[in-house]
Amino acid sequence: MDYSQFGAMLPELIVLGIFLLVFLVDTFSGAAGKKILTPMTAVLTLLATVAIWIVPSCGEAVFGGMYVSDTATRAMKCILSVGFFLVVLQAHEWVESEVMAVRKGEFLELLLVTLFGMYLMISARHFLLFIIGLESASLPLAALVAFNKHKYESHEAAIKYILTAVFSSAILLMGLSFVYAFSGGSLYFNDIALSVTQGEMSGLLLVALAFVMAGLGFKLSLVPFHLWTADVYEGAPTSVTAYLSVLSKGAAAFAFFIIFVQCFGAVYSDAWEWMAYAVIIATITVGNLFAMRQKNMKRFMAFSSVSQAGYIVLGVMAGNGLGLTSMMFYIFVYVVSNLGAFAVISTIEDKTGKISMTDYNGLHVTNPWLSFAMTLAMFSLAGIPPFAGFFSKILIFTSVTSTGSMALYMLVLVALINTIISLYYYLLVVKAMWISADAPKVESFKSSRCMKVSLSLCVLGIVFFGLVSPIYDWLYNAVLTSFPNALAFVLQ
Amino acid sequence: MDLSILWYLVPSVIMFVCGVYGFITRKNMVAILISLELMLNSADLNFVIFNRFLFPGSMEGMVFTLFAIAIAAAETALAIAIIINIYRSIGSTEVTETNKLKH
Repeated sequence: MDYSQFGAMLPELIVLGIFLLVFLVDTFSGAAGKKILTPMTAVLTLLATVAIWIVPSCGEAVFGGMYVSDTATRAMKCILSVGFFLVVLQAHEWVESEVMAVRKGEFLELLLVTLFGMYLMISARHFLLFIIGLESASLPLAALVAFNKHKYESHEAAIKYILTAVFSSAILLMGLSFVYAFSGGSLYFNDIALSVTQGEMSGLLLVALAFVMAGLGFKLSLVPFHLWTADVYEGAPTSVTAYLSVLSKGAAAFAFFIIFVQCFGAVYSDAWEWMAYAVIIATITVGNLFAMRQKNMKRFMAFSSVSQAGYIVLGVMAGNGLGLTSMMFYIFVYVVSNLGAFAVISTIEDKTGKISMTDYNGLHVTNPWLSFAMTLAMFSLAGIPPFAGFFSKILIFTSVTSTGSMALYMLVLVALINTIISLYYYLLVVKAMWISADAPKVESFKSSRCMKVSLSLCVLGIVFFGLVSPIYDWLYNAVLTSFPNALAFVLQ
Repeated sequence: MDLSILWYLVPSVIMFVCGVYGFITRKNMVAILISLELMLNSADLNFVIFNRFLFPGSMEGMVFTLFAIAIAAAETALAIAIIINIYRSIGSTEVTETNKLKH
């Protein structure tokens, strides 16, 4: 066996290395070592982000094509590790608190394992590796959701999460067994793409596609597979909720794109275009309508993230390089906007225990900076120019219409109308903070230093990602290097 | 008598549907977990059947099944741990009791 192939797995090896280091420091060092655990993880992930991008990979496809490390996957991994860095900074205060004293290391280790799983999921070009990645990304998350040992809600959220996650994996595995049957006994994405030919539809293929879409839809919380989202987001510790809403969604969206466009691209218009079409419209609309009536900020963000997932999956409908680029850009912007909002929610929850939207009334009197950051995050999520969310929405709509299909224009129209609806509920939060005449319910407090750094980075991202075009160019070139024919439909 | 592939596939699909039915109707979390196991096992069975009948020359389905069984075991262990935690908190494993997170 040629061991140099492992060189191509550099991103995974780096995460594994950080994991081992955290594990060893956690096990063998005293109180002093435990103190540096979180800062160490944060700094190392930041270094890893840079390393993943600048160190050239030693080969495109290794292990017989099972694992691919090209520029597009590396760019996606960079986005994920930036998000990971922000989440670790935000979690710092909670991790350092009394209740977490002996379990600090476990928290970081589980987080790193999920990151490792997501990396595998993104790079996998064989369903076995993909399933292993998917499961190692979602199982530790269930343990993380249950991390508030003394709070009953945390356990209830965890059982809801694990049962739906296993249910979705079972459906996905069932679908894959059918894929295996018609693909000529191979689970390589390329072999499946070869055996799926244009216009040749069988009941088996349709069932397989529906099952695979359902299985992945659960991870992405697409409607009608979104029912776990609100409960899990509400019960989980806030840092874990933030992690769940951006990173696992981002990785699943990328995998969704690769699987549907690369494996099943040939039967796009015959089989899954209308499935995805219906799912996207339902996701965006239902997410918006349910978000309006939420009073709890975490449930509110849950439904907001359901609707955002619909926008992310729009990129899959485009199905070309442009779609992948805008999807990755959307995910990047979504990472900073959503983590910005969660930073404010979690810092207010940590300091005062308040989580309802009415608690935010008059927040600008006591905590002007937090209100300012929250407002920017809400504007970006709603897509108000000149913030990043506006540009990411424009780009994803442009990519969907780039194929010129009339049906997709209609889809963009529905998405546009929903953007206006979403403006209403995002502005409800802004109204509560700035306009509401009630006496402020949250007293003035100082956030911790890590939270400040994380929040400032998020705000910088929200303000500059849209205006600074090199970021989009960077993603576009990364996708172009991997898939040279950006406007052609199927990425082969 | 030569048994055709259907003799194996139909029981496997029946098992899957029973699993889905149990997942939806059962009220006890452990029973729900058992239903999930049924679903996972029927998917594994499918892989083995397809491998044995359609592609007897290769082993890909069998290997996939081995990995899937290991993953299913991990899932069950985790779910049981969480169920035990819930039982300690509220003294019950009925889903009708775990309804604090609503609205």
